[in-house]
Amino acid sequence: MIPSAFDYAAPATVAEALGVLADAGDDVKLLAGGQSLIPVMKLRLADPAMVVDLGRIGELSGVRDDGDALLIGAMTTHHEIVTDPLIAEHVPLLAMAAATVADPQVRHRGTFGGALVHADPAGDMPAPVLAADATFILAGLDGERRVAAADFFQGYFTTAVDDGEILTHIRVPKYTGWGARYEKFTRVAQQWSIVAVAAMVRVEGGTIAEARIGLTNMASTPLRATAVEQALVGAPLTREAIATASAHAGEGTDPASDLNGDAAYRRHLAEVLTKRAVIVAAGL
Amino acid sequence: MASSKTITVEVDDVSYTDDVEPRLLLVQYLRERLGKTGTLIGCDTTNCGACTVHLDGVSVKSCTMFAVQADGHSVTTIEGLARDGKLAPLQQAFHQCHALQCGFCTPGMIMQSASLLTENPHPTEQEIRDGLEGNLCRCTGYQNIVAAVQAAADGTVSSDGTVSSDSTVSADSDETETAGVA
Ligand SMILES: Cc1cc2nc3c(=O)[nH]c(=O)nc-3n(C[C@H](O)[C@H](O)[C@H](O)COP(=O)(O)OP(=O)(O)OC[C@H]3O[C@@H](n4cnc5c(N)ncnc54)[C@H](O)[C@@H]3O)c2cc1C
Ligand code: FES
Ligand code: FES
Repeated sequence: MIPSAFDYAAPATVAEALGVLADAGDDVKLLAGGQSLIPVMKLRLADPAMVVDLGRIGELSGVRDDGDALLIGAMTTHHEIVTDPLIAEHVPLLAMAAATVADPQVRHRGTFGGALVHADPAGDMPAPVLAADATFILAGLDGERRVAAADFFQGYFTTAVDDGEILTHIRVPKYTGWGARYEKFTRVAQQWSIVAVAAMVRVEGGTIAEARIGLTNMASTPLRATAVEQALVGAPLTREAIATASAHAGEGTDPASDLNGDAAYRRHLAEVLTKRAVIVAAGL
Repeated sequence: MASSKTITVEVDDVSYTDDVEPRLLLVQYLRERLGKTGTLIGCDTTNCGACTVHLDGVSVKSCTMFAVQADGHSVTTIEGLARDGKLAPLQQAFHQCHALQCGFCTPGMIMQSASLLTENPHPTEQEIRDGLEGNLCRCTGYQNIVAAVQAAADGTVSSDGTVSSDSTVSADSDETETAGVA
């Protein structure tokens, strides 16, 4: 399958890329790892007149220590997220989720930023990033702005990134010492999440002190399971207590019904997967 | 009409400079411009892995990359693995372990296996299966593919292409282990 013809630019800096974007008009697409964009261009579901490749902008790649947070470049690949030592130490949840994305070849090309801007409801990176309360750093011609994860995901494949803007970095607070688990449910080896649950738990003195739970594919955007989070605070480290709290996982969700399962089935999955994820994250 | 771009790419240790349309996929460039038809197109939708090549030593699906993105980089295809007319150990292992039937998936399987062994030189059986999750085979049932990767990792393929007898499909090695315990 051959995409429609397009003009191609491969700027070397963010500033240069913003200039190219501004000059290109409306019909332009940013290219990151291309693992979502190229398939849709091949199907001609997207046929931009111009493609701006972010792949030559070195400043957009890599993971940096930024005090109480990690600063992750938007062009950092899924593979780098899986293998990065800073992520393993401070936010292993991201590595666990990235390891479930697609297959090794796709993880070598696909990027953290691309997956977040693509904002597929079944995508695995948004829920962990929401659970971790990350901040998105967007560059535009007028300068930089910061958007909280809670405001970034706005709907089905829709984010706070405006035309002419580039997501440059994601700032993820450190959760050093917290337990983490990404529990993904699929029917076959390599598949998008039917439902998945991202959990981080801080255990103190035999009880759960804090919990952060993100849900994948339970609405048009990733969701926080706030009722579960609240019910877990102060809960003893027992399977029964975790199961009781996890029974709230379906509250406030609005999952789709499709060939993989209807909404009621997805709510059931959310409860079961939340329980499993929290049990592992709590070290039981 | 969109303008063409000049790219310079090293493919299987030879440098090529060509004018390409930006929409030309890397796999089309390899097959149709360079004549490297060893890299196959199975699904053309990023699922089957038949088109797997290495970009700077790392596996990618060449049906999901534009040739312009490879400008200034080095690409290795299945045609670049053999050295001095001798098959690479993984190629020998696939041959010896009967890891192919129709052979359509094989170039991609071998390129992905090579990338896997670079990242993890001594994978477990499960790690091999996970490492090949983006490569589909409609013939073999995977068992002998896994055995071939294991044999190559264990170094039990000899340079003349024979595999020593202790390298067999994993079902057999499980039996050996059980027998040892019993
Ligand atoms: C076979 C297959 C299976 C997959 N399975 C999964 C899965 O199980 N789970 C999962 O989560 N994902 C899966 N993916 C998708 C994968 O995660 C992609 O890597 C990701 O969705 C897109 O990242 P990318 O870097 O390839 O972005 P691209 O495809 O290059 O871009 C995606 C979109 O984001 C925009 N964009 C990219 N970067 C920026 C930026 N820095 N600033 C502003 N806009 C930007 C682009 O313009 C485009 O609209 C799968 C993909 C394939 C091909
Ligand atoms: S042809 Fe590229 S993955 Fe199938
Ligand atoms: S040998 Fe036929 S597809 Fe694998």
